[in-house]
Amino acid sequence: MNAVALRVQRATLPSRIGLGVGLAAVVVLALGPLWALDSVLRTLISVFTLLALAQMWNLLAGYAGLVSIGQQAYVGLGAYGLLLFADTLGLPLLASVLAAAVAGTLIAVPTALLAFRLRGGYFAIGTWVIAEVYRLVVTNVSQLGGGSGLTLRAASTVDRTTRLYLTYELALVVGVGAVVVTYLLLRRRLGLALTAIRDSEQSARSLGVPVFRTKFAVYLVAAFGCSLAGAVIYLNLLRVQPEAAFSVNWTAFMIFIVVIGGVGTIEGPIIGTIVFFALQETLSGYGAWYLVLLGAVAVLVTVVARRGLWGLVADRTGWSLFPVQRRLEEHW
Amino acid sequence: MTWVNVVVQGLLLGGLYALFATGLSLMFGVMRLVNLAHGDLSIVAAFVALAIVDAVPVNPLWTLLVVVPLLFGVGYLLQRGLLNFTLRGNDPLPPVLVTFGLSIILQNLLLEVFSADSQGLDAGRIENASIRVSDRLAVGWFPLLTLVTAVGVLVGLQLLLSRTRLGRSFRATSDDPEAAALVGLDHRHVFAMATAIALATVAVAGLFLGVRTTFTPSVGPTRLIFAFEAVIIGGLGSIWGTLAGGLVLGVAQTLGAQLSPGWGVLAGNLVFLAVLAFRPTGLLGREVPA
Repeated sequence: MNAVALRVQRATLPSRIGLGVGLAAVVVLALGPLWALDSVLRTLISVFTLLALAQMWNLLAGYAGLVSIGQQAYVGLGAYGLLLFADTLGLPLLASVLAAAVAGTLIAVPTALLAFRLRGGYFAIGTWVIAEVYRLVVTNVSQLGGGSGLTLRAASTVDRTTRLYLTYELALVVGVGAVVVTYLLLRRRLGLALTAIRDSEQSARSLGVPVFRTKFAVYLVAAFGCSLAGAVIYLNLLRVQPEAAFSVNWTAFMIFIVVIGGVGTIEGPIIGTIVFFALQETLSGYGAWYLVLLGAVAVLVTVVARRGLWGLVADRTGWSLFPVQRRLEEHW
Repeated sequence: MTWVNVVVQGLLLGGLYALFATGLSLMFGVMRLVNLAHGDLSIVAAFVALAIVDAVPVNPLWTLLVVVPLLFGVGYLLQRGLLNFTLRGNDPLPPVLVTFGLSIILQNLLLEVFSADSQGLDAGRIENASIRVSDRLAVGWFPLLTLVTAVGVLVGLQLLLSRTRLGRSFRATSDDPEAAALVGLDHRHVFAMATAIALATVAVAGLFLGVRTTFTPSVGPTRLIFAFEAVIIGGLGSIWGTLAGGLVLGVAQTLGAQLSPGWGVLAGNLVFLAVLAFRPTGLLGREVPA
């Protein structure tokens, strides 16, 4: 009999190639200010921040079973946090972005305690209602500009080009960071706990998986990510209005991106973001029909191809660019 | 007396919310399905009524004869042809995604067909007529009709659930779908009938909304949120809880708006959050939201 050595393995050839290509892409993108027009940089800022938002929604819904339709709360809180820390308290822009994300995470604590009383579809609407509460509170505070909003005045302290480059690099860090953090989290115990909970909450609990604490932690991570992305988005846009900053469309975009790319995979939101922007560029002339089409695609993908575009690729090829699971390999 | 008036107007407004909440509560009760397109479907009903009134000069209340059967049929087909496929397994994701996608589709279709303009249904004299109780208290005929209709729909639903074969199959499927299937109930049909009836009530709600106030293609989600708040405030699994929840929400909103015009909806939301925090079973509910 041959001796068979088994080795627990995570990385695969496609994942190593993927890592190489990914690193190269990040380096090229990081040098964006050297080769891209300002208008391209602005588009890329949206791409990176939407990728971060989508990855956070994916972590919530795809891994923790927390289907939130209220993540726009954190985009809005991040935006208003930025205004508050930069304009009212006079913190530097970069520190304000970070402080806004921390503030959003703190607000997520009571939010989660309330929303976690609901499950499934009612959790979805419940988070939406809470986001509406934050929007209405902000709208009713005249110091925050009420319904017409405010402009980030601190932006004028930095010259235009510097601010664009700074925002661009920050958006890249947030977008890539969301992917890397999700990957690292899922490789840890948390990833195993989430998989167990996804398969069966009851059996996971009986095996000693702290179900509540695990979901709570994921919710806070997603709140941090979305607040951070929200602050960066409005560092670019400058004008903050409650209707737009707390719009449910933010979550609708996250959902479309994740569903089309593949929910419950790290690759999915990356592919979804690329597809989403490609569609937006080609179909933006069609107005509301474009959203009808997006909605129809999301419905169709959910019913017919549950795991989205990346699911189709992975099923055919067995590729995994972000190897979260452990594989046994034989070595002769 | 002003405050009495505010509370009375709130109760009347609550009738409309109870009407909206009925369908949501029924669908959740029978199949644990939360329909995020609930509000948008009511707005579709209002726009269909508008199209009919534009073509044939009748009082919009007569269009109920067309719109209610129409949404009943839409509900049956929607459940049978689409939503049933999202209920396989215990995954909460597909029903939320599909009904949310549907909500986006409906809103934007309405936007393309009817534009973003505010519309209203003109029901004639009944809209502004009122019963004067005293100098500062008047009860509008139409809001009163709405409340009476809501109570009527809820009584009808109660009778349907407790007295009819269909109601029995709803309760059986809700309690234990597998056991219900063993005794020969086809859950696909039972679910489709539940959605059909739910959407019939949604049609009534949408029409009454259209007469009471103006509407645009994008107001559906707000209706969904109010219906949901009424259900949770009243308590899941309780028909009279749905009525109570609607009334409490209506009063909270009118009281809030009386304090400051911008606080109406917010006050309703805060009552909802307070119920969630301190009494998660709702006022009359038997189960914790699950």
